[in-house]
Amino acid sequence: MDELLGEFITETNEFLETVDTQLVVFEADPTDGDTLNSIFRLVHTIKGTCGFLGLPRLQFVAHAGETLLGKFRDGTLVATPDQVQLVLESIDRIKEILAELEATGVEPEGDDSALIGALELAAEGHPAPSAAAPVEAAAPAPEPAPVAAAPAPEPAPVSASGLRWDPDLGRELRPGEVSLAELEAAFLAATPDDDLEPVAAAPAPAAANAEVTASAAPAVERRAAPEMRAIKDEDDDAAAKGGTVSSNQTIRVNVEVLETLMTMVSELVLTRNQLMQMVRNATDSEFKGPLQRLSAVTAELQDSVMKTRMQPIGSAWKKLPRIVRDAARDLNKKIDLVMDGEATELDRQVLELIKDPLTHMIRNSCDHGLEAPASRVAAGKSETGTIRLNAYHEGGHIVIEVSDDGAGLSTSRIRDKAIKNGLVSEEQAWTMSDAQIHRFIFAPGFSTAAAVTSISGRGVGMDVVRTNIELIGGTIDLQSTEGRGTKFFIKIPLTLAIVSALVVGSRQQRFAIPQLSIVELVGAGGASEHKVEILNSARVLRLRDRLLPLVDLSEVLGVPPRDPVIDESHSAFVVVMQHSGQLFGVVVDEVFDTEEIVVKPLSKALADVGTFSGATILGDGSVIMIIDPGAVYRRVGQAEEVVEEVVEAVQKKRGQRPETTSMIVFQAGGEQPKAVPLSLVTRLEELDATSFEQGDGRTLVQYRGELMPIVAADPYAPIATTGIQPVLVFTYNGLAAGMAVDKIVDIVEEALDIEMAADRPGLLGVAVIKGKATEVLDVSHYLNLALTNWDDPGVNKPAKHIVLVERNPFFRNLLSPLLRSAGYEVEAVETVSAALVCAEYRKPAAVLTDIDVDVASARRLLSDDRLAGTSIVALSGSPDADATGFASLVRKSDRESLIAAIEHAAKLEIAA
Amino acid sequence: MTALASRQESELALAKAGTKEFVTVHVADQLFGVEVTDIQDVFSLKGLTPVPGARPEIAGVLNLRGRIVTAIDARCRLGLPSRPQGFAGMMAVGVEYQGEAYGILVDSVGEVLRLSDSDFEPNPVNLNPNWKDVSQGVYRLDGRLLMTLNIDQLLCVATA
Repeated sequence: MDELLGEFITETNEFLETVDTQLVVFEADPTDGDTLNSIFRLVHTIKGTCGFLGLPRLQFVAHAGETLLGKFRDGTLVATPDQVQLVLESIDRIKEILAELEATGVEPEGDDSALIGALELAAEGHPAPSAAAPVEAAAPAPEPAPVAAAPAPEPAPVSASGLRWDPDLGRELRPGEVSLAELEAAFLAATPDDDLEPVAAAPAPAAANAEVTASAAPAVERRAAPEMRAIKDEDDDAAAKGGTVSSNQTIRVNVEVLETLMTMVSELVLTRNQLMQMVRNATDSEFKGPLQRLSAVTAELQDSVMKTRMQPIGSAWKKLPRIVRDAARDLNKKIDLVMDGEATELDRQVLELIKDPLTHMIRNSCDHGLEAPASRVAAGKSETGTIRLNAYHEGGHIVIEVSDDGAGLSTSRIRDKAIKNGLVSEEQAWTMSDAQIHRFIFAPGFSTAAAVTSISGRGVGMDVVRTNIELIGGTIDLQSTEGRGTKFFIKIPLTLAIVSALVVGSRQQRFAIPQLSIVELVGAGGASEHKVEILNSARVLRLRDRLLPLVDLSEVLGVPPRDPVIDESHSAFVVVMQHSGQLFGVVVDEVFDTEEIVVKPLSKALADVGTFSGATILGDGSVIMIIDPGAVYRRVGQAEEVVEEVVEAVQKKRGQRPETTSMIVFQAGGEQPKAVPLSLVTRLEELDATSFEQGDGRTLVQYRGELMPIVAADPYAPIATTGIQPVLVFTYNGLAAGMAVDKIVDIVEEALDIEMAADRPGLLGVAVIKGKATEVLDVSHYLNLALTNWDDPGVNKPAKHIVLVERNPFFRNLLSPLLRSAGYEVEAVETVSAALVCAEYRKPAAVLTDIDVDVASARRLLSDDRLAGTSIVALSGSPDADATGFASLVRKSDRESLIAAIEHAAKLEIAA
Repeated sequence: MTALASRQESELALAKAGTKEFVTVHVADQLFGVEVTDIQDVFSLKGLTPVPGARPEIAGVLNLRGRIVTAIDARCRLGLPSRPQGFAGMMAVGVEYQGEAYGILVDSVGEVLRLSDSDFEPNPVNLNPNWKDVSQGVYRLDGRLLMTLNIDQLLCVATA
């Protein structure tokens, strides 16, 4: 590409960014003369250069835009939002053409007459139509000659439409256009002037009007010249006034030159290190003094070179005001963008990489974050929403905050969506804090937006943002209060060129692991307290209260691992790393040091290895490879998949899984696990034990505005008095009771095979859950303990009589207390015959019967006279069971529906 | 201007004379020639870091005056057996390929020869395909043959 053209494109792109920002400022305050002047100057410069380079499309669009701006500037017109929009559209058109020009080197074909027509109409003072609207047919496609800058110098006779008629062109002159006759006259009057460029240098665009030959150009140039000077004077004025013009303070340097400088400095540092090593060995060297100076200068040089790569983050924000403005217009919202800390500097490479995620987040804030003006007012907020961007340094990192004062995240909607998408089980979702729930928006394909708009809501949003940020070693988090707004925190390294890394050894070779992905370093095996265990050939590390999947670094590298055994006699180092939210351990043979390393990219020949993110040169001159945490993570993931496959295969072998029950497994008083059916538990809570109070011989806690009694799950395990106490919350007749446990272990879905051993109060029996003997507790016993002498509102009501037919003792024991807790008097029997006998003595309000074991005999209940008019509710483990004829079908594990169905059935009885 | 002009002239003269300059290198027992214009520098191999998981012809990476150079094992690339004593003491021919620095590991580097086109012959048809890929032809020297090595060809497979 022509060098001149290349420079023009670079410069113009920079100009355009500034124009965008300023136009938004201008729209907000159309009376701001300074802003308008600088916009006008920029567009004018673009136009002038285009004419010079022979880019007719660009020139005409810029010209039309400038004419309109000129009217604003001289006060003929006051800018309306529609007109500003029009100017923005013309700037966009210029950008489009420029992009094409940059890609191909030639100005693309295209028709701008509609846009130009609209701009001209606006300049004439007509109410501006959008450029998209049809423009009067008169606007001819081939544009007239390049008649430059100067607006017509004196008012000439005007036609009825306010425009001058030019007989040569056979049409009305456009605003700012000069008639051919005038040009001719000017040309004749013009004397050759040495100051001017040669005529031929201004190429006439190959447009329609051949009469306007190159001979017309000098006159135009000449006319333009004084104005150019005038504009230059304004520039000087601005500089004198302490404006933002500081062009002579900076120069443009090719990035490659900076990269070379960086390389050379690194080399210098290495050489210095070698020299220092040599001199250190010599006892008394005359080199010592000078070498020290060399050392200091080198360090300073390194700093300075690093600085040349730094750019203020504001340059990544330049496009944002325009984006917010456009979004606000499209969405009919009022949005203010406030930016702080624009001067915060970071490496230009990081800057480039952060631009897109930031843009995406700002769009998100505009679209989903901020509410429509009406709902804002309804919520008692000001009509205009605010998006705030803030950047600051924090310990070698830069933190960017993106906040809005909008509606905030809807915790319940995100929770529902997360459960629906299978990201989390319902039970787990209960125990999660709001902040944990909010983080689901970073999960792949997660979007709660009810509607997809042109701006956002396609569900590829925040996970892409997170991925991009993690790619450069950053992290993202958020804080949100429903109704108050959302605040995102992005933490990214200042530079990618220099990172802090841990140097480790594996199989006699050293590697660097970026410090950012390292959580901690632990010793395993040997005398260490951290034990490595093997689960079906997958190794895990027991670290404090969690299991970490382990992978040997040599496995990741694809070389045979050392001795894989890590036990009492074999110790190893484990680097605990975090990637994509997953913690895992990497086994290494040796750990050396942390070093600030200069990251160098890998050559293409090594690009397909995939294990490394780069290479670096250490102080001793040797090259070491930098491990890509993502590659290790993928390796760990593979190991996990293997485990999952094995589990699946085993399950398939076992054939159809029998009916299962969800159980919550916990520990209380000793190692042996205990369990209760999850369906009986209302909530899992972790309560602050210091808030527990004693009263009436019981432990009480204020819970959700009421006093809740707490009993210990094991009489020998006292309730905590400090720290966090995990509590299972049950509800009994609308009253809550808590069961204090030591630790909630798991929620499992298993086929229960209970061996009844109810020799101890509160114990239903023992079952094997996950291969371990587990005590299944009788919840009703604990509820009675907790709620004795409690004012039971149900006591005074005459209890309704219910018969439960259930052959399985577990369910019989499970459901009876449940029904009693709901205020019914329950007769639990094993067989249909027994139930019918019961009914002879006292007619029940409703009958609950299992239909899984023997549906045929259960149907006998339906036809028997003794139960005429009584609702029979079918109970099943499966929601698809055939329950024709029964009043309703309820799943045994579905506590809520069971109660509802019974209530409904009992009411029918009354009516009958 | 005059210096440049005279250089251009002399180059022109050379082309007319039909000669090319080659640096000779030994790989196993075979003599190869790399055109002088392709070579950035020649250095002896020190401190090679192997890259686990890389293709076999990639011997590793090394530090050449602050630049990280990817070392290509010429023996492996040409399908020759590797040296029993490993890479120690080998020489490297530094080249630039697609803006990246590569070093081609050879057993030894000889001298610079100016060879006449009249001694050049295309590759014999029965040449090993491995070699055909990377060589344009053969120069007949006194008592031995010099295979030309085309650096771009040598590296394009390595980086493909």
